[in-house]
Amino acid sequence: MNLFPLTVRRAETSRRGKVLVGPIDLDLDGSGATVVMGPNGSGKTTLLRLLHGAARLTAGQITWACDEQYARTQQGFVFQRPVMLRRTVLDNLMYPLRMRGVVRTQAQIQAEEWALRVGLEKMLGRVATNLSGGEQQKLALARAMITEPQVLFLDEPTAALDGRATREVEAVLRAARASGMHLILSTHDLGQAKRLADEVVFILHGRVLEQGNARAFFDAPQSIQARAFLRGDIVE
Amino acid sequence: MTDEWAQMGDLWAGITEAFRLLVTLDRDLVEITLRSLQVTLTALVIGSAIALPLAALLAVRRFRFRRGVIAVLNALMGLPPVVVGLVVYVLLSRSGPFGVLGLLFTPTAMIIAQVIIIVPLIASIAHQSLRDLWSEYHDLLISMNVTQGQKMRTLLWDARRALLTASLAGFGRAIGEVGAIMIVGGNIDHATRVLTTAIALETGKGDFALALGLGIILIGLAITVNLAIHWLSRTEQEGRW
Repeated sequence: MNLFPLTVRRAETSRRGKVLVGPIDLDLDGSGATVVMGPNGSGKTTLLRLLHGAARLTAGQITWACDEQYARTQQGFVFQRPVMLRRTVLDNLMYPLRMRGVVRTQAQIQAEEWALRVGLEKMLGRVATNLSGGEQQKLALARAMITEPQVLFLDEPTAALDGRATREVEAVLRAARASGMHLILSTHDLGQAKRLADEVVFILHGRVLEQGNARAFFDAPQSIQARAFLRGDIVE
Repeated sequence: MTDEWAQMGDLWAGITEAFRLLVTLDRDLVEITLRSLQVTLTALVIGSAIALPLAALLAVRRFRFRRGVIAVLNALMGLPPVVVGLVVYVLLSRSGPFGVLGLLFTPTAMIIAQVIIIVPLIASIAHQSLRDLWSEYHDLLISMNVTQGQKMRTLLWDARRALLTASLAGFGRAIGEVGAIMIVGGNIDHATRVLTTAIALETGKGDFALALGLGIILIGLAITVNLAIHWLSRTEQEGRW
């Protein structure tokens, strides 16, 4: 069952009467990588959480092409600051599978396979919180992808990483995209957006200002704010 | 000056008596000690089985009056044992609603009283740890779409070493408890006498040396059980929780 297209209509989330994001209209067809761009505080994280169902929708609709319960099982989320379960690397990787009823031996085989993919195969017995920031983020990625979701949300996944760790994480993301997984990634790193994006959603003050093909966006942005952002100006 | 010498003498006599009781493996001492352990450890297992899931539920579930329940639980940590003993006595006495069960003046009645005393204590301490862990795990577990039961089990497992401390606090409270179990147990020789009630009895009889000896054994027992549980669960091992 395919999750896409994803249709967002007049979606809004607010807290204590203040609108955080919205109203937003968006159509995603689920191919390649969608990069949500915008300056700090523009609402990128909230938009991702809203699409994922982790933030409460206070108005409007977000509709997947399949039923909501199934859609929830086909999503993964990677946070800016990786959250590690207080367990070993192996147990962290096995966790999502075990929660879905996969037997331990099978879960372990898959976990070891994913550890190899992200280069953590020699750290399976180590406690996850003792890993470096880059290793933790790779573990978080593998853990989010181990159930092979159709869509993976990533909230500034390399914001706290150095160049080498960023390169390694991006390599994993490219492989995921090549395998058919749809990535919805937020970043304010222009270089990363150019390297990964097939489609760009430019957001400011909680509203979508532009959505379209990445190359078209970077070559000829339509809005003044997007042009200013790409120039490196401060956008308010 | 004479009083002080007399007190020092009692203390020394207590230590000597404790040593003698231990070395000779005094039959009464062994019986009382084993009963103390049996009653307290049973109460601890039952109390933890109630308190830990309750603490996890309070950490992950949002419901009406949740804050009120937590406040009451915290307040009940200071529940006066004598009042608990009195209530359990009334409930289990022949004319009480559970009188037909014939539990009054049995170790079971003592266990019931201890469970009532330690559940709020264990649940409150455990809740603090689980609440902190939940704030760390919240977004992750929501994003993984796990069920409420799975969330609770995950928290209980990952916080197990902190929860051990909560349970040990319960053990400490229960093993040293005297007021409630004296009322519901009756301090009957060879039936419901435990270390604390024996100490109270010997003090009342003026046999301070024996009372002190039993007290020293009680403290030693509490420390031994704590150390054994910590050692078995390897709480201080590097890189573990």
